[in-house]
Amino acid sequence: MAAVDINAKIPNNVDLAGDRRLQRALEQWQPKFVRWWEELGPAAFARNPVYLRTAIDVGQEGWANFGHVEMPDYRWGIFLSDREKDRKIAFGDHKGEDVWQEVPGEYRSDLRRLIVVQGDTEPASVEQQRKLSLTAPSLYDMRNLFQVNVEEGRHLWAMVYLLHGYFGRDGRDEADEMLERHSGDADNPRILGAFNEETPDWLSFFMFTYFTDRDGKYQLASLRESAFDPLSRTCEFMLKEEAHHMFVGASGVGRVVQRTAELIREHDTDDIHQYGGINLDVLQKYINFHYSVSLDLFGSETSTNAANYFASGLKGRFQEERRDDDHLLKSVYRTVPDWTESGIGAREVTQLAALNETLRDDYSEDCQKGVDRWNRALEEAGINFTFRLANTSFNRKVGTFRDHHMSPDGKPISDAEWEANMDRWLPSDSDRAHVLSLMTGVSEPGKMAGWVAPPSRGIHQKPVDYEYVRV
Amino acid sequence: MIEPLIDFTTAPDRYRHWTLDIDGSTAILTMAVDPAAGLRDDYELKTNSYDLGVDIELHDAVQRLRFEHPGVNVVVVTGGLDKIFCAGANIQMLAGASHGHKVNFCKFTNETRNGIEDATANSRQTWIAAVNGTAAGGGYELALACDEILLIDDKSSAVSLPEIPLLAVLPGTGGLTRVVEKRHVRRDLADAFSTRTEGIRGKTAVEWGLVDHIAPASTWDDLIAERIAARAAESDRPSGGAGIELSPLDRTMTDDSLAYTTVAVTIDRPTGSATFSIQAPEGAQPATGDELVAAGADAWMLRTVRELDDAILHLRFNETGIGTWVFRTAGESDAVAQAEAVLSADADHWAVRETRLFWARTLERLDVSARSLVTVVEPGSCFVGTLAELVLVADRSFMLEGSWEDLDDPPPPASIRLTEASLGWYPMPNALTRLRTRFWGRDDAYEKATAVVGKDLLANDATEAELVTFTPDDLDWEDELRITLEERNSFSPDALTGMEANYRFVGPETMKTKIFSRLSAWQNWIFQRPNAVGPDGALQRFGTGSRPDYDKNRV
Repeated sequence: MAAVDINAKIPNNVDLAGDRRLQRALEQWQPKFVRWWEELGPAAFARNPVYLRTAIDVGQEGWANFGHVEMPDYRWGIFLSDREKDRKIAFGDHKGEDVWQEVPGEYRSDLRRLIVVQGDTEPASVEQQRKLSLTAPSLYDMRNLFQVNVEEGRHLWAMVYLLHGYFGRDGRDEADEMLERHSGDADNPRILGAFNEETPDWLSFFMFTYFTDRDGKYQLASLRESAFDPLSRTCEFMLKEEAHHMFVGASGVGRVVQRTAELIREHDTDDIHQYGGINLDVLQKYINFHYSVSLDLFGSETSTNAANYFASGLKGRFQEERRDDDHLLKSVYRTVPDWTESGIGAREVTQLAALNETLRDDYSEDCQKGVDRWNRALEEAGINFTFRLANTSFNRKVGTFRDHHMSPDGKPISDAEWEANMDRWLPSDSDRAHVLSLMTGVSEPGKMAGWVAPPSRGIHQKPVDYEYVRV
Repeated sequence: MIEPLIDFTTAPDRYRHWTLDIDGSTAILTMAVDPAAGLRDDYELKTNSYDLGVDIELHDAVQRLRFEHPGVNVVVVTGGLDKIFCAGANIQMLAGASHGHKVNFCKFTNETRNGIEDATANSRQTWIAAVNGTAAGGGYELALACDEILLIDDKSSAVSLPEIPLLAVLPGTGGLTRVVEKRHVRRDLADAFSTRTEGIRGKTAVEWGLVDHIAPASTWDDLIAERIAARAAESDRPSGGAGIELSPLDRTMTDDSLAYTTVAVTIDRPTGSATFSIQAPEGAQPATGDELVAAGADAWMLRTVRELDDAILHLRFNETGIGTWVFRTAGESDAVAQAEAVLSADADHWAVRETRLFWARTLERLDVSARSLVTVVEPGSCFVGTLAELVLVADRSFMLEGSWEDLDDPPPPASIRLTEASLGWYPMPNALTRLRTRFWGRDDAYEKATAVVGKDLLANDATEAELVTFTPDDLDWEDELRITLEERNSFSPDALTGMEANYRFVGPETMKTKIFSRLSAWQNWIFQRPNAVGPDGALQRFGTGSRPDYDKNRV
């Protein structure tokens, strides 16, 4: 294929036209990707023109090009942020050495594993969300869903680029397997448990993009610190796009809160579910669920894998270079939560051992910001209700609290107490059924489903009633 | 400790510790160790005790006897000091040596002993130990490597393995293994023998099976003469005739390289690897055994194996930090096939037999080397027959699929060709060929591989015949090799040594596999333990007058 053709088909800044190995690998993989997209991508409106953003370059001009495009024709590209001259490794045993432009043989397996685990989540979420297009509350939301989907697709491309470009045959096999594992497939599931649950409704989608994609942000941000420069640069560019996904979540939940507040005032009751809205306590339960499940994605409080990755320079901390410590973490300490009979205790460990917990702390702090915004909206509407993030011990399946029941405020409770209160803390079957009953597709430009408020503005200076998806 | 550079090349006129006398069809090799000529100066080689330098000369003598003296059919090894045959490895030397050196030393000594047995069994040059004084420890082990042991019956000379009571280590050069496996000494007697410092003398030594014949001083020479005559009659070696002189190796050494005439080694310290490059012959090679003798040490088959052997020994001892050896070849495949043809066409000729046996021993050295072996097959290489054994010896092999597509005029793709050489010429320590070993318990796969003997196999064929590990194409090639070497270099060398020895020798146990894998594993462990090498251990306390203090816990 001529250089012009290949660059037009696959926008990139990695000299794809000059890289025979990458070309050949992608030529074999790309048709498999398209097949996967058609089988497991969005179930409806798959061939309708969607007003999407496409990255054709990493610069200001290039990374956000808007226009209607049918998703199978979307130009998934490969972009790395610009190379930082003389970049040095910022942490771990190799601190101060030049970053690596090639994979060191010593770390091949570990790096491949990190990339595969990260990469596997990208197509997984597309699969989890594939049926949502049928019940989109507006064309605006449907477009946002598709934007998230194609970008998750592009993030898969980014990880596949690394596997193809730097890991030889093993890398190509892993890239194929990312299309062979499927979310929820009993025989061939996605790697991380949370990515094998279907996203059943739009409230879950908003919560997922707010809480779970935010885990992705923190994982990418710590991989952005990697001594393996191509991984670092890839993640840096992905973070730009990830920000949009979190916007979808934060604004989506915010619009539900706003609509609920409107209904409460309109009908002068907290119980507005009969009026086609979602009650505040149900929203709190969804927050509890998605937050706690996402906390698990960070792993155990202490982790030798994470310590090894850090010491080897493969994965740093969030904003590693801004931190004021020795960046070795072998002789600096912190406490991590520890389950005890009487409540949450603490034990002191090296920061090196506690990297998962440190990243989780950063994440929690970030999550709180959106919650504060939603609470301000309630306050402005004169409604006396405050959303809270549950204690990090609540509903955990990973780490020290795994085998213990804890209340949302972090008290150890008995099995009986848990059983008695579970439906007050987590979405009950009837909550889920009610939310699901509200999910009816709205495909008239500018119209919104009754459970969610319209956005304050449209996309890329277009009005809210713009035909974001041509139906 | 910085070990001095150890050189394995020597010649009889430079021997410090041995004299080699040839009398017709008999060679007498006499050990009279020069106490002041040890490799290091912190010990004296008293009472015919030896260090590596003594063994290097023995090894040289064994090789020269085979090649330079076709007419010699019996070799008598005897002691040149009064009342002493050989006192074994020097204890001060062992006490002062690094662990790695001890292990390497034992391995080389074992290989030399195996070479003596190989000479008896396959070169038909029978070795007889004329033990004319006490043979203790390694001294008796040297006698055990001979096919017959004669012991002087003077009421004081004894054979013994006193390692356990005196030194808290094992008779590590095959001693105990040969006592039970080769000489069939009963296990309880072996126990009694190996725990008795003073050893066993005279008639009892014969009764227990520790020696074959005894004679008092008055008839000692008669006994030797009688045994020489008896054994000479069994040999099929030629009566006289010209031998092949093992002329000095043409070798240039720098810090990071070693260059001979057909073999070159370059060391890459960042990846801890050394690359052996073997160049195919240019020009006609001997077609008959007589031509081989006439060509002498210049014949490519002999020159190459001598150079390879020396390079292996050099790297083993002097470059212990270089953990991966990479094998490459270059040149015309047909030229290698032509050079090798004599080994098949004139197989009964003594010089042909010796050349094959030399290759077999050298390839076995690779089998037991504590290094990761990687073989790389690229366009322009010549892995044919004997050189194809380097593919089979490898822990991992890479063969380029296709060619260098970026070149304007890509060379023909790489091929490998098995020959008869892989079907029995070069047994491994487990007594199986590398091909049999590779397909142990999988007769179908073995049949499939032998069916392609004589054919030039491209990467796909070689994969199909299960002869190579990975066949990347030119796009992946560089990266795969780089990553493999880097990754190997990141693993624990001890764990790698254990792993490799673990899978290299499938199938039956032999005396050699027991010596190399079982005995040396135990010996290495014992050599690390405080009971042997700690400040209160036996090796440190030996000769000080104070008794060792053992940790009594059994492990």
